[in-house]
This record gives sequence, C-alpha cells and structure tokens, in this order.
Amino acid sequence: MIWAKNLLFVAVIGGGVFTLGLNLIPPAKPTVLTEYHSPAPSNLPVEAVNQAFRKQWEDEGVTPVEPAPDLIVARRLALGLMGTVPSLEEIRQFEILPADQRIDWWLDHLFADQRFADYFGERLARAYVGTEDGPFILYRRRRFVSWLSEQVAANKPYDTLVRELIAGDGLWTDHPGTNFISVTSRPEMKNQPDPVRLAGRVTRAFLGMRLDCAQCHNHPFAAWKQTDFEGLSAFFGRTDIGFGGVHDGKTGEYEVETKAKDGTRVVDPKVPYAPELLPHTGTRRQQLAAWVTHKQNPFFARAVVNRVWALMHGRPLFEPVDNLDPSADVPPALDILANDFVAHGHDLRRLIRTIAKTQVFQLDSASDRQVGETEEKAWAVFPLTRLRPEQVSGSVLQAASVATVNAESHILLRLMRYGQQNEFVKRYGDTGEDEFEGRGGTIPQRLLLMNGEMVRERIKENPLNASSRIAWLAKDDPRAVEAAYLAVLSRRPTSVEREHFEKLLADPSVKRTQRLEDLYWALVNSTEFSWNH
Amino acid sequence: MTTYHHRRTFLGMVGAAWLTPVAAQLARAAEKAKREPATSIIVLWMDGGPSQLETFDPHPGTRIAAGGTAIDTAVKGVQLGKGLERLAEQMADVSLVRSVVSKEGDHERGTYTMKTGFRPDPTVVHPSIGAVCCHELAAAGTDIPRHVSIFPGQWPARGGYLGDKYDAFRMDDPAGPVPDTQSFLPKPRDEKRLQSLEVVEGAFARGRGGRAENTLHKHTLSAARTMMSSEQLKAFDVSQEPLAVRRKFGDTPFGRGCLAARRLIEVGVRCVEVTLSGWDTHVNNHELVAKQLAILDPAFAALLADLKERKLLDKTVVMCGGEFGRTPIVNPAGGRDHWPGGFSVAVAGGGIKGGQVVGATDPDGKKEPTEPAKVADLHATMLAAVGIDHAKVNHTPIGRTVKYADDGTPIRGLLADRG
Repeated sequence: MIWAKNLLFVAVIGGGVFTLGLNLIPPAKPTVLTEYHSPAPSNLPVEAVNQAFRKQWEDEGVTPVEPAPDLIVARRLALGLMGTVPSLEEIRQFEILPADQRIDWWLDHLFADQRFADYFGERLARAYVGTEDGPFILYRRRRFVSWLSEQVAANKPYDTLVRELIAGDGLWTDHPGTNFISVTSRPEMKNQPDPVRLAGRVTRAFLGMRLDCAQCHNHPFAAWKQTDFEGLSAFFGRTDIGFGGVHDGKTGEYEVETKAKDGTRVVDPKVPYAPELLPHTGTRRQQLAAWVTHKQNPFFARAVVNRVWALMHGRPLFEPVDNLDPSADVPPALDILANDFVAHGHDLRRLIRTIAKTQVFQLDSASDRQVGETEEKAWAVFPLTRLRPEQVSGSVLQAASVATVNAESHILLRLMRYGQQNEFVKRYGDTGEDEFEGRGGTIPQRLLLMNGEMVRERIKENPLNASSRIAWLAKDDPRAVEAAYLAVLSRRPTSVEREHFEKLLADPSVKRTQRLEDLYWALVNSTEFSWNH
Repeated sequence: MTTYHHRRTFLGMVGAAWLTPVAAQLARAAEKAKREPATSIIVLWMDGGPSQLETFDPHPGTRIAAGGTAIDTAVKGVQLGKGLERLAEQMADVSLVRSVVSKEGDHERGTYTMKTGFRPDPTVVHPSIGAVCCHELAAAGTDIPRHVSIFPGQWPARGGYLGDKYDAFRMDDPAGPVPDTQSFLPKPRDEKRLQSLEVVEGAFARGRGGRAENTLHKHTLSAARTMMSSEQLKAFDVSQEPLAVRRKFGDTPFGRGCLAARRLIEVGVRCVEVTLSGWDTHVNNHELVAKQLAILDPAFAALLADLKERKLLDKTVVMCGGEFGRTPIVNPAGGRDHWPGGFSVAVAGGGIKGGQVVGATDPDGKKEPTEPAKVADLHATMLAAVGIDHAKVNHTPIGRTVKYADDGTPIRGLLADRG
C-alpha cells in the first residue's frame, strides 16, 4: 500500500513538473491553434454608426485621424474585455491570419475565454452593487460576481439577466442574483432590504439615471420629482428577507415618514414615466422588472450600451456613464446601437462586436496632424484613458509571460497570479465603483511599478519570466527587443527605440538577462503601458 | 496701533468683498486671538468602534459600567476610564466630546461617516478630512506625500471626489522600510533605466504631444523619483529617535506609528492617520479594552507631550476616535455591541480648548445624550481649527455641489478664543 501511495505521489509531482516544463517552452512555430465556428454575424449596424459620426465630424468641421494598427486594436479589446494585454503567443497567432479576419477571430477568441467572463462579471457587479462588503451574513459578493460571470459566459440575454436581479426570489447563496436585493439590508432596518437604496440602484445601474438625488430633493436639472423616487421605492415595499431568502409578500404597503412627528403616509408604486409599459400582473418586483426591461423603455438599452462603450473606450459615449439626462440630446450612435441591441435579443456579444468594428473604435490615438481636445471630444481620435488597477496588474503578469496566462494555465501559475494581483490592486488603489475616473495617476502607483515587489519578481531573471526566456531563446538582439516590445506594448519598436535597445543589449558589462530586465522595466514604466490608447 | 488699524480695514474690506460670512467671522475671531490656524491633523483611528464607557466616558458605579472603574484627571471633575492614567495627566490639553451621534452602525458605513463627515451616498464619494486639508492648505515644500495612513486597515482615508492623488499614502509599521521607495540597483544601472524610459516616452509622445503630456504620467513619475531620494523620507524612520523618546511612546507598532506621525508633521505632512485596531469587543469587552488601553495610553499621552514640547501642539489638531461607540448594556458574552447613538471622541491641539467636556450620556443608557454633536459638527470644528471654511461649496466631477462638512457647525466652546 505504502508503495502504491509513494508511486502516486511521485507521479503527481512528476506530472506537475512536466506540465510546468511544457509551459516553459515557447511556441516555436506558431499555428492558429483555435478556430472558432460562430456564425458570421451579419447586418451589424456598423455602417450606420460610422455614418452618424461622419455627419457629426462634418458638422463640426473635424477631421478624423488615420486607423490604428490592428495589433493596437487587439490590445484595446483585450484590455477592455478581459483586463490584460494580449500575450506574445496570442499576438503570433493573430498575425498569421489574413488581415480581414483578425478582429473577428480575436473577438471569438476573447468571448471563449474565461477571463472575459470574469472581467466583465466584475464590471457588471460594480455597476450593480458597488464594491462595499455589505451585510456580513446576508450578502455574498463573490458568489454574486461568479454568478454574473456564468451569465456572461453563457451569453444570457441581458434583459433576462436584469429581470432575475430585480425580481429574483430565494437565498443569496443558491440564487446568487438575489444578492442584488440583500446587499441593501442593514441591521438598523431589522435586516430587511432597503427600498430607497434599491430604487436608487435600479435606476442608476439599469436605466443610467441618478434618480437617487431626488431622494432628498427635486432633481436640479432633470424632470424628476421626489415623488417619482418614492413611487419607485414602493415597488420594493413588499420585499422581505426570511428563512427562504428574498421574497415578496402579497400584502403590505410602503410608507414614508412625514415631517410631522411619528407621522407616516402610504406611497403607491408608480413609475416616473411611460406608465403604459407597466404590466398589471405579477409581484410588484416582477412588474417593475418588466417595465425596466421593456423593449419600449429607451433608457434600459441606452444605459447598457453607454456602459459597454465606456468599458471598451475607457470613456462613455454620454458622460457621466450613469446619468443619461432625459432632456439632453442623445448622441445618434447611442440610439443606433441601443435599437439594434433591443432588436437582436439583448445580445451583449453582438453589441461588443459592433462597437469593435466601428471606425471610431479603430481610430489611432496619434496623428501627424495637430489633434487635441476638440478631436477627442468628437471621437475623431481614440482617447487616452488611464487603465484600471486590474488592467495594469493583469498586463504586468501577462507581459511577463510568453505564453497566455488564462484558465488553462498551470494551477500554480494561476494561484501565484491571483495572489499577486490582489496584493497589487490593493496597493495601487482600487478606484472602486468609479470605473471611468479620468484623472492622472498617483505617486504610490508610480512607486509600485518602479520598485514594487510584483514588478521586480516578474521581470527579474527567472526561468518562468519572459525577460529571461527571451534572453535565452531569441536568436539575436533585434529579435529580443522586438519580442519584448510585442509582449509588453503590443507593438514593434520604432527605429530610434530599436537602435537604443540593441545598443543596450550589446553592452557586455552587464549580464544579458539583466539587460533584458532593464528593457522590461523601461517598457512597463512608460505612459504607454499604463494608459489605454 | 497703525498696523492694527490697517489689518482691520483690510479684513473688513475683504470680508465684505468676497469672503463668505463664516470665513469672515472666523477671520475676525482669528484677528481677535491673533493666532494662526493649525496646519496639520493627526487622526488616531480606533478601528472597530471603541467602548466609550471604558475610555472617555466612564459612568462608575452604574449598571452600565458593569464593574468598570474610573480615574481622576488633571482637570477637576473630568474622569477617564481606568488604564488611561498617562493621558489623564495631559487632560488640560484634551477635550472630550461625549455626545457624538451618528446614524451608521455598520463598520464600513460608520468608518466612512466618521472619516468624511458624511453618510455613504451612492452618487458621490466624499473626501476624508486629511484629503480636504491637503487640497485646501499650501504644500509647504514637502517631497513626500502630505497625507499618510499608518496601518491603513480595510478602509484608509481616501481622496473621494477630490481625486485619488489625495488618497492617503499607506504604510505599515514604521519599524520597516517605506514601501516601494528603493530601487535596490546600483546607481549607473538605475540611471540607464531612466534613460531608456525617456526613449520609450519619446516614441509615445510622437503624434500625441500635449495629450500625452496631459496624462501627467511623466510628471507623477518624476515626483515619485523626488520622493525616493528625499531626505524627508527619514521622517518615517523612528529608529532615529533617542531610545528614551521611543520608550515613552511604547514599544508597540501603534506607538511607533504615533511617533512617526509627529516626525511627519514636522516635515510638513498635513494629515497622518494612525490606526489601532481591535476595538470590536462583542465578547469580553472589559478584558479586551484593557489590553487596547495599555497600547493607546502611552502613545497618545507621549504624542501630546512631545508635540507640546516642540511647540507643535498649537499647530496640530489631534483627534482620537472610532466609527461608533458600544452599547451601554453588556451582552451575555460580556461584550458590548455597536452603538452609534452617543459615543465619545477626544480632541486636542490646534487651538482647540483643552479640559472641556461636551455633552453627557445617560447613566442609565436609555435617554439620548445631552448637547448631541453630529459627526459633521465634529468635522466642522476640526476644519475651523485648520482655517478651512467647512461650508465652502465644492463641485464633484458630475457637477453636484457638496460642502466640506455637510450641515455641520463648529461645536460651541471648543475653539479657543473663538466664542
């Protein structure tokens, strides 16, 4: 018996070492490893969106810049959809495809990747419930996020997903969507969900409106009244949390305090606009969910289109991302995309693909002409936006590895990555719920990238690190420099850069692996690395 | 005499022209007192929510004391919980607000409220008081971050809508190095790396020019390099203090944090938050609090004495408190639970009058406290001490207008020579 056990142990360890070893060898001759057979999407409204922008540019007398290289477009997509730069391995595969197939292949590749589901799940979670830890017993944030990831992975129609969040019943542990409700419960309220916070969340996350300002006073620039907000809150007036989890009672009224001492008055559920879309059957939450996601409720699709646009561009089409002012003009592109989204089954992937293929998304962020704020405002040049902490840490880890670090990577690698990433994001300073904060970086962020442990560990001499592998395996210096540039910045060096770094690599006074490490350090600390462009 | 008249005319003119009435009033009060506002704030953050009854608000001999005892202090009639003997000696410089009332009984929400002066609001993230100070007060030639959090815990002070450049710089025990400030490389290699970085930056700037410049990336990086080589970094290094001084603060991480706070203030840091966690005493309250006091008492008392000796106490507001207090009634596990409805905060320095007690809690633990002080009132008081108009209106990134201290007003009688 003991023998068998020992043998098993040796086999397990040996197997582990073997797979790790396989990971060490970079693909010598790239072939397209994966082919995707999703039906070619037709009739995407790409041209309509392009025309809308062209008209705007013409009206404003703005000239768009040239298209960006397709590797840079791939980088934007990788960062926006899965929070990391493409791996050197992926870049090699991308580049052997014919130019006109690359972006579609890349999108298929991303959609099939668990990293997309995880990253997008977290982004949706932040929009829905923020980052707070919430009530200890009644709320499971991680269950909620992984449930959202599963819905993204299954490409569940977005309206169905949202209906489950607003109207779902059950325990937050086995019906994780109900965490959306239970997160608002507080001990001071006898652990019952808070209708006021729920109404605020629903309007902000799903309709892109900050109706919660009307919680205390009439909205300063929109048409919302305090009574609109109370009417919405009343839809949650019968929702309670009991042994069976979140549940709607058949009776009970929503009451608010009046100014008179101990005075209350009953508020009936009421939607702030388009009452004809509200069904007459179902629980109050089901009615609200149907109204929010109704095909003729224009704010529902606009809100999600605006958010997805922002995740991909680093900047929403209409700012701020969750305050679609009903009295302001909506950019025509927003409505074109929103209408298509509703007409084609609330399909998030179709929406992402459409945006990815528009002229605006594929524009360069640089130009030989003088471009500035006017062009950025008109989307005539791709905006420069700061990357999120997860995007920066994900990119450091990916750039430090030749092979793709994904769900199929070795478990040891993934564990290491997970631990390091959490620590890094904590120090870098999570921006929390504010996903699209445009201001410059901080001193601790720069210190962390220059001197921090994760960067040091990931660029130093180590058989697992790309810097060492490139140093050993690249046939000559020009190729080593190019490989490093592709792995970190997803582009090839300019002639000036090539010359500088080839000279650096030829310096015999420093070990070659250390010279590669220095090259990596310079690339990782550049503006280009920490900004979406 | 002439000078006096000039100043008065000038202030009157300016006040009428553009100062808000409150600021004008403050200016007049300041003139009367002829004292400059404080320039720094130290927050001793008691993470977990300390029991008021065994610290700043004892009710010896009552049922709610549950056997806890009190000690006399240097100020007649003011008692502290047993275990704060050294702080008691400094009482002439310390005031207690015993009637702080908050509406948040959850750690995260309570922390937010106490650190910012506002209840959590889904539409805006408010800045902590330290961020407000850094935003409003002059930079004073510091190369190191002006807002520091020692033992940052889960929810360190944030810049909120003022921007994350006002987030507190986070660090752990000052016995260790300042995180990420050393490159560990020989100088020539370090310099070569920077030269290489310039080459990469040059390529990115091509075709992006001013827009790349506007990211402030290079600017921030060079500020970080300045910090790395700054002499002021030594302010974090408490081992440079004589042993006797270190002993006074106590040989604990928190004691070292308080000592580092004093050193940081000396080089121009605006706000230091030092956290002592372990106050969430749902079980065995008395025993756990006694252990906490053994850490807090020497550190807090030494900090005040040290600041005073160096003539820094007048320029530094020191505040000690947590996210809420604890229930007057002891639970069956010998613990006390969360209680935002009447708890204590100690304030000292920065022109705040010492030896005062504001408000009183009910010895039966039933009635609401007298002279209740809202969290916003506390913030208004501290802001007034550093000369910031708490009613100043700011615009958040989405264009909402917010004041610095909600609807608070400075607590009466706490600001020395200010009525």
